[in-house]
Amino acid sequence: MTRPPLRPSRIALPTLIILLLLFGLTLADAGSRTVDHAADRALVRELGLSDLALFTEARYTRHPTQADRHTPFQDHPAALEHFPTGSLLTPPPR
Amino acid sequence: MRTFLEQQKYLIDYTLAALRRRKTRNLGLLLVYTLLVFLFSSVLLLSQGLRREAALLLQDAPEVIVQKLIAGRHDLLPADWLEPLRRIRGVSRVEGRLWGYYYDPAVKANYTLMVAPERELAAGAILIGATLARVRQLGIGDYLSLRTVTGQPLPLKVAGVLDSASELLSADLLLLSETSYRQLFNLPPEVYTDAVLTVRNPREARTVAGKIALALPDSRPILREEILRTYDAVFHWREGLVFITLGSLLLAFMILAWDKAAGLNAEEQREIGILKAIGWETGDILRMKLWEGLLLSLTAFLAGYALAYWQVFYGGARLFAPVLKGWAVLYPEFRLTPAMDFSQVLALLAVTVLPYLAATLIPGWRAAISDPDAVMRG
Repeated sequence: MTRPPLRPSRIALPTLIILLLLFGLTLADAGSRTVDHAADRALVRELGLSDLALFTEARYTRHPTQADRHTPFQDHPAALEHFPTGSLLTPPPR
Repeated sequence: MRTFLEQQKYLIDYTLAALRRRKTRNLGLLLVYTLLVFLFSSVLLLSQGLRREAALLLQDAPEVIVQKLIAGRHDLLPADWLEPLRRIRGVSRVEGRLWGYYYDPAVKANYTLMVAPERELAAGAILIGATLARVRQLGIGDYLSLRTVTGQPLPLKVAGVLDSASELLSADLLLLSETSYRQLFNLPPEVYTDAVLTVRNPREARTVAGKIALALPDSRPILREEILRTYDAVFHWREGLVFITLGSLLLAFMILAWDKAAGLNAEEQREIGILKAIGWETGDILRMKLWEGLLLSLTAFLAGYALAYWQVFYGGARLFAPVLKGWAVLYPEFRLTPAMDFSQVLALLAVTVLPYLAATLIPGWRAAISDPDAVMRG
């Protein structure tokens, strides 16, 4: 006796359910995972840090909160920005 | 209920069989669709993650930082400013800070140098960030030689490496003693880079800043709330900018999807005509089209989103590292705490799934309500 061919819905529906479960897992993960920031916050308190060390290429991208309005244009008031990060980073909002 | 479910299964079987007849085109569409959702979700999640990380980490940033400005630029703060700052009502502590930048031509990287009085470092001893240690291949006991402003080399001994878990804060940090810092930059003892103030009642920080601006007109007070706002704005700006760039991709995809889904070709129209002629009702055809749109768009959305989540929060967001890195040599290795704004996910779902569903349903409905004879004859 030959087995009937596999119905496409038997593959598609479980795939969709697995993907929905994965989506649910991302929600549960985002809600439950906590990272202990105690050491980081202690470092911020101790050194009085004001910025993330994410963009280290220029001083006004390394410390955007400490930069004045003129720093990105220090060569000339209408000079084009040198740094790639600077072209994505808004000037200090002050 | 059982009949309804079985009917839906048959509709899905039929839809998938129809999609399989144009396998290459539909698979290509699914891949492009998934990639598009992946890109949009990655930007959204990364930006949310960074915003949340900045807000969490910088909530203990100094309440007020005071800089001295000359001609609109940051200048060294004289030590005799500290006393007038201490006398301002509401200020409980004032400390002069020493920090600055050093460009190392050996690796073409910028370091952030900072005096850490609480670490009580001996002259010539330094603590370095984990990224800096990795890039310069330095370990405890090694020497790092910096050039002073007079051109003399200043050998500094690595006394320790900062915890790599805090790389997002300390990647390029080089902590040193006040003596070494002043020697390196040839700074007189009566100046500081800026001053950090502790305010007795944090809610009064803005009033204190107003008093500082009055007492020292050439000063610039920076509040903690402004620091936090800057980061919020920075990542919103970045997210918006990348979305604008990706917007053209979304438009191109929409044209492709509309062309594929909306422009029913003669063969597909004939198929609907035959289905109608053999007894399918308009509702059945609409349900079949709904399944077609849902299967493709939901699969693409869920797969793209799950991949983006994994890439951003478990894969270190490496895909975006070149964008964030710019020309920087020192780039921290960090793992973001998952953050998700459900309303934004819903908005992404609406933007990516609904247009495709509409593009599948509307032409299907148009063909389904036409006379089968006319549809079959084209």
